[in-house]
Amino acid sequence: MDAEVFRAWIVSAAGVIEANRDHLTQLDAAIGDADHGINLSRGFTAVLGALDAAEAKTATPGAILTLTGNTLISKVGGASGPLYGTAFRRAGKALGGAADVDLAALSAALDAALAGVQQLGAAREGDKTMVDALAPAARAFSKAIAAGASPDDALSVLVEAATAGAAATVPMQALKGRASYLGPRSVGHEDPGAVSTALILGALVGAAQAGR
Amino acid sequence: MKKLINSPETVVTDALEGVAAAHPSLSVDVENKVITRVGGPTPGKVGLVSGGGSGHEPLHGGFVGYGMLDAACPGEVFTSPVPDQMLLATQAVNGGAGVLHIVKNYTGDVLNFQMAAEMAEDDGIEVVPVVINDDVAVQDSLYTAGRRGTGATVLVEKIAGALAEEGADLAAVAAVAREVNERSRSFGVALSSCVVPAAGKPTFELGEAEVELGIGIHGEPGRTRAALTPSRELAAVALDAIRADMPVGGDLLVMVNGMGGTPLIELYLVFNEVRKYLEAHGGNVARNLVGNYITSLEMQGFSVTVCQLTDTLTRLWDAPVDTPALRWGR
Repeated sequence: MDAEVFRAWIVSAAGVIEANRDHLTQLDAAIGDADHGINLSRGFTAVLGALDAAEAKTATPGAILTLTGNTLISKVGGASGPLYGTAFRRAGKALGGAADVDLAALSAALDAALAGVQQLGAAREGDKTMVDALAPAARAFSKAIAAGASPDDALSVLVEAATAGAAATVPMQALKGRASYLGPRSVGHEDPGAVSTALILGALVGAAQAGR
Repeated sequence: MKKLINSPETVVTDALEGVAAAHPSLSVDVENKVITRVGGPTPGKVGLVSGGGSGHEPLHGGFVGYGMLDAACPGEVFTSPVPDQMLLATQAVNGGAGVLHIVKNYTGDVLNFQMAAEMAEDDGIEVVPVVINDDVAVQDSLYTAGRRGTGATVLVEKIAGALAEEGADLAAVAAVAREVNERSRSFGVALSSCVVPAAGKPTFELGEAEVELGIGIHGEPGRTRAALTPSRELAAVALDAIRADMPVGGDLLVMVNGMGGTPLIELYLVFNEVRKYLEAHGGNVARNLVGNYITSLEMQGFSVTVCQLTDTLTRLWDAPVDTPALRWGR
C-alpha cells in the first residue's frame, strides 16, 4: 500500500464522517455534549485542505498520517482532537519514511495508535470509548495476519472487529469522558467515539482493498 | 429554534469581532481566537490564561483585564479550544514570571491544555496548570472523569488574578488558585435546555413541569429529573448537596449564577433563599455575586457556588478588578 492508498483512505474517511455527521452528533447528544460529528467534520475538512496544500510533503504513507494527526489536533478541540490526532501521529511515526506499507507494518501502526490513545486518555477496554473499537480491531487484524489470512480477509476481519466493538459499547456503563457523568444512565447508548473509529477504520479497509 | 446569528459556522468569530469592537481594553485575535489585554504582558507578573468552549459568556473573555486574566482562548461552542490557541495565549502573556493555566475539569480541556503546556515548556516558558473541579452533582470516583469545573472558575480567576497583580510568584498564585478550588463547591439546576447553534435543536428534552437537578454547563444531565417545586426547595436541594460535601459555617462567598436564560428577578429571589438557608446552617454570606457569569447559552436555570472565605481570600476578592464583566475598586 503506497501513499495513494493512504491519501484515498483519508479522503474516504472525511467523506464518511461528513455523511455520518448528524448521526454521530445525535449519539453524542444522548450521552455527551452533542458535538462529535460537528467537530470531526470540521477537523477532516481541514485535513483535506492541508493534504491539498502540502502535496509535496505527503509523499509517504507516514507523512500523510502525521499531517492528518497534526491537523486534527490543531482544528478539532474537545477530547477527540487530541485523541484522534495522537492516534494518527503515532501511526504515522510507526510507518516512518517507508514508501510502501505491508500488512505487518499497518498492524504495527494500529498498535502504536492504540497505545498513544490509551496513554493520553487512560481508557481501557470496557470503558465505553473509542478504545472499544480500536483495540479489538488492532488485535483481530494482528491475529489474522499471524494466522496467514489473505490480505482481503485480514482487512475484512479488521473492519468487522471494529464495528462489533462499537456495537458492544451499547450495554456498557461509561467510565471515561463526559458520558461517565451519567453513570448507569449511559447504558443503552452506542459510544460516538467508538462508532467514528469504526467508520474511519472502515474507510481504511475500503481504500486498502480498492488499492490492491 | 430562533437565534441571533448569521450562520452556525461563524457564531464564535462573529461574536469575537463584536467583543473586539465593544471593548477597547481587549486585544482580540479573531483568526486564532485569543483574547488578551491591550498593551501586552506585564513584565515580572505571572500571566493567567484560561479557556474553554464558547457559550459560557462572559466566561472567560469577559474576565480578561486588570486583576483577573491576562488571556482567554475561546473554543467552538461547548468544545475545548486547541493547543495552538493556548500556546499563542501563553506566549502573549508571558512576562517572564511564568504562566498559570486555569483549566476546567473536562477531558477535552485537560488534554488540550496538557499538550499546550508541553509546547510552551519547549519554548522555555514555565507553566503550572490548576484544574477546577467544584461541581458536587457528579461523583468524584474512579468510575467517572472526576468532578466538573463550573462556578468556582470565576472565583479562582478573580482571586488568583488579584494575587498575581500584587506581584506574587507562580507557585503562590497556583497555590491560592488551588485553595479557592478546594474551598468551593457548586450545584446547578436547569429549567430548560440549551440549543447548540450547530445542532439546531435542544440538547435535552425537559417537560413543562420538570427540572434537571445537577445540570452541567453544557446541558449534560445531572443527578436526576424532578418536578418543578418552589425555588426555596430547589435552593435547598442545591445547598443540601453542597453541605453534604463541605461545611457551610463561617464567612462565605456565594455566587448565584444565571445559566443564560434566567431573569435577574428570579436570580435575586434564589439568592435570598440561598442566604436564608446558609444562615440557618451557621453560614454568613460575607460576599456575594448575583448575575450571569458562567452561562450555558440560553438555558434557564441557576447554579450556586459557595466558597469558604479566609481573611486573605476576602482581601483578594475585594481587590480592584477592571474587566468587561467584573469591575470594582478602580
